Amino acid sequence: MTVTAGSTAALALGDDALVLSHRLGEWAGKAPVLEEEVALANIALDLLGQARVLLSMAGDEDELAYLREERDFRNLQLVEQPNGDFAHTITRQLYFSTYQRLLYAELAAGDGQFAPLAAKAVKEVAYHQDHAEQWTLRLGDGTAESHRRMREACEALWRYTAEMFHPVEGVDVNWKDLETSWLESVSAVLRRATLDVPEGPRSGAWTAGAGRQGLHTEPFGRMLAEMQHLHRSHPGASW
Amino acid sequence: MVTRTTPFEGQKTILEEELHKLAGSVPDPELPVLTLEELGVLRAVHVRGGGAVEVELTPTYTGCPAIEAMSADIERVLHEHGVPEVTVQTVLSPAWTTDDISDEGRRKLREFGIAPPRTQRATGPVPISLGPTRTAAHTPGGAAETPPAVGPEADPVRCPHCGSADTELLSRFSSTACKALRRCLSCREPFDHFKEL
Repeated sequence: MTVTAGSTAALALGDDALVLSHRLGEWAGKAPVLEEEVALANIALDLLGQARVLLSMAGDEDELAYLREERDFRNLQLVEQPNGDFAHTITRQLYFSTYQRLLYAELAAGDGQFAPLAAKAVKEVAYHQDHAEQWTLRLGDGTAESHRRMREACEALWRYTAEMFHPVEGVDVNWKDLETSWLESVSAVLRRATLDVPEGPRSGAWTAGAGRQGLHTEPFGRMLAEMQHLHRSHPGASW
Repeated sequence: MVTRTTPFEGQKTILEEELHKLAGSVPDPELPVLTLEELGVLRAVHVRGGGAVEVELTPTYTGCPAIEAMSADIERVLHEHGVPEVTVQTVLSPAWTTDDISDEGRRKLREFGIAPPRTQRATGPVPISLGPTRTAAHTPGGAAETPPAVGPEADPVRCPHCGSADTELLSRFSSTACKALRRCLSCREPFDHFKEL
């Protein structure tokens, strides 16, 4: 496969959507309440739809999803992080959906190859962001236990948030402005939820931009093994 | 019924109009009370050389799994009508919005027990500000309900059963991606609301 700037970008955005979709799908059957089960599955479905369009821009969607090795995935490390407790999942949603909404709004306003998809997806993502914000408020400003768990999750995932703003070749946006808007938006939600904005570093020496270069965290390999094993064991299988 | 035209449609031939009507009369696989025309997802029908027909369909949500069933149903209906070759293409632009649902479609949704989406009909981008819900107001420390995502504040989501405007949001996501789950505080019935998109 020839990797052009366009397909590099499609892989980066498509892998973000695919991997987060799979993580959210892992909640099926064990979400805290039925409404959340349905909500997380619906968000996962939106992301999967976006992933299918994006990966099809880079090649064959099934081959890209099921037959690539870990090092060939270009997703952010944030989206591959395990679900953890519900607070971790909500924090990951808050960080990512805020980013995705800002990014897609920019892409939708342009006339690049991603504009049609972005214009469509940004409206879906607005609901994802709202969902994450409402839970952040309820959990952060809830009981002592829910507050503690949210605080821990916000701090634990903070180190993966700088990577989102490393420029991606073929994505024509002002990354600095995007980062400023993201920090403002997330900080405002955290403050309303009576949570402190984490003070730790937003990347580690080993995480800066790593996911976009194919370097992933340990849990990602296990996730991929589960996601790909059926297709690899039974090539061409269908329902 | 309101006939909607898209900016991409040129002059249609009589045959194209007829095939458009046929394809448009296919029921939505998930909401069979609506036709694809009423849902506003059928963008165009072109007759190409050799009698091959190309259909342009747009998904409601990017990941909507119903699009495959819609394509298969359109192909079947057109084949039955004697069209030898049918290709259904998915187009994303311009993005589908709930404003594309016809007035007749909205009426049918309400009859079916689903609160139709409120119309947006603004020109240009619609600023969306999503806030805490009524559900959150019942939580200690939760914030009060803020205006709905879209649509004028004075335009509440009405219960499709009793018409009451006193309804509350139970969950932003319901049986499908395009619906939210609400409850009527007058007749106490839960109901689906086709979310504005």
